[in-house]
Amino acid sequence: MDSVPSPEPATAPVAAPRPEPRTESRPEPGPGTVRYLPSTGQTLMKLVVTGPFGVGKTTLIRTLSEIPTLHTEEVMTTSSAGLDDLRGLPEKATTTVAVDFGRLTVPGDLVLYLFGTPGQERFFPLWQDIARGALGALVMADTRRLADSFPVMDMVEEQGLPYAVAVNRFPGAPAHSDEVLRRHLDLAPETPLVQCDARNRRDSIGTLIALGEYVLSRLTQDAP
Amino acid sequence: MTPGRPGTSGAAAAPEPGTPGGRGRRLVPAYLATGGRERPRGTADFDRLTVLVSTDQRPPEMDFGPEHRRLWTLLRPGALTVVECAAHLGLPVSATVFLAADLVGGGHLLARSPVPKAEAIDRTLIERLLVGLRALP
Ligand SMILES: Nc1nc2c(ncn2[C@@H]2O[C@H](COP(=O)(O)OP(=O)(O)OP(=O)(O)O)[C@@H](O)[C@H]2O)c(=O)[nH]1
Ligand SMILES: [Mg+2]
Repeated sequence: MDSVPSPEPATAPVAAPRPEPRTESRPEPGPGTVRYLPSTGQTLMKLVVTGPFGVGKTTLIRTLSEIPTLHTEEVMTTSSAGLDDLRGLPEKATTTVAVDFGRLTVPGDLVLYLFGTPGQERFFPLWQDIARGALGALVMADTRRLADSFPVMDMVEEQGLPYAVAVNRFPGAPAHSDEVLRRHLDLAPETPLVQCDARNRRDSIGTLIALGEYVLSRLTQDAP
Repeated sequence: MTPGRPGTSGAAAAPEPGTPGGRGRRLVPAYLATGGRERPRGTADFDRLTVLVSTDQRPPEMDFGPEHRRLWTLLRPGALTVVECAAHLGLPVSATVFLAADLVGGGHLLARSPVPKAEAIDRTLIERLLVGLRALP
């Protein structure tokens, strides 16, 4: 009898709320699995971590996040012209994009949310929506394909978001001086450039500090 | 109020004719309505980082669908942002905003506007952030 799960009793107690019929079988999130915000008095801020495919966005967010990284499925309507032409869909198509994010509580009652957004141009509307109200962006780059980060930098600039470039050091990837990288990336002199290993916490915090300092310097400049 | 809301993915913010005399600017830190009779706020008040928490008023089954109640139940033990709710419930952010707006309108959830709005990113805040980042273990 131990191996046979007992079926629902036919006469459930009247007071007990009936469990909802569920379409999926994963357990309902709750106190055991969910990391609630520790207090409600905190100031919440967001940053966007962006860059080309496979550059280390998720890795950086995972390194920094105090919660297991989460993701949302964002539905996007795109014209098929901009879509990867795999399905040959007519005119309009909906794609679902996974946007992962993490949370970092910073001493001083601040909470930083880090959103990993795909850098491809066809996701621009989604990108804009996520970036609205963000402090700034970290644009990630890989020394083996620096030019892949150009469209992302254009997007961030178009949005008017302050950004820093984080060059993720992959093993076996050619090492370059900051100066060479800046030239190849065609960076404005004031744009911060940081080389990092996205798996390393100190490095990753360093990218945030570089961006924060830059945001501050821009505010100082703009101040009347 | 039925569970099947029109799926306006563009989240066309319903106009708010009831806003008295054009007061109640959106910049005012919005503890959204708690009174059960208050009409639901427009979804435009919500952001990914809007903080949500349940009140003691369980959403009645006759008025709310299962997804509404899942959201309320998720938020019983503590506060989460809209985007965290969406991730835990496996729903798009836009859908989660609709659910949250309904529940806030009915007094079943409280919402706190994300601070800061873009305009409020000021020196003091960034300085605080930098001090905090440098103090991180
Ligand atoms: N050696 C090394 N490997 C890394 C580093 N960052 C990321 N990786 C690896 O590179 C691969 C891609 O990293 P992700 O973090 O998934 O990159 P992503 O930008 O999120 O990728 P997409 O979301 O697919 O665009 C993974 O296998 C990581 O383990 C790094 O700093 N050093
Ligand atoms: Mg990723």
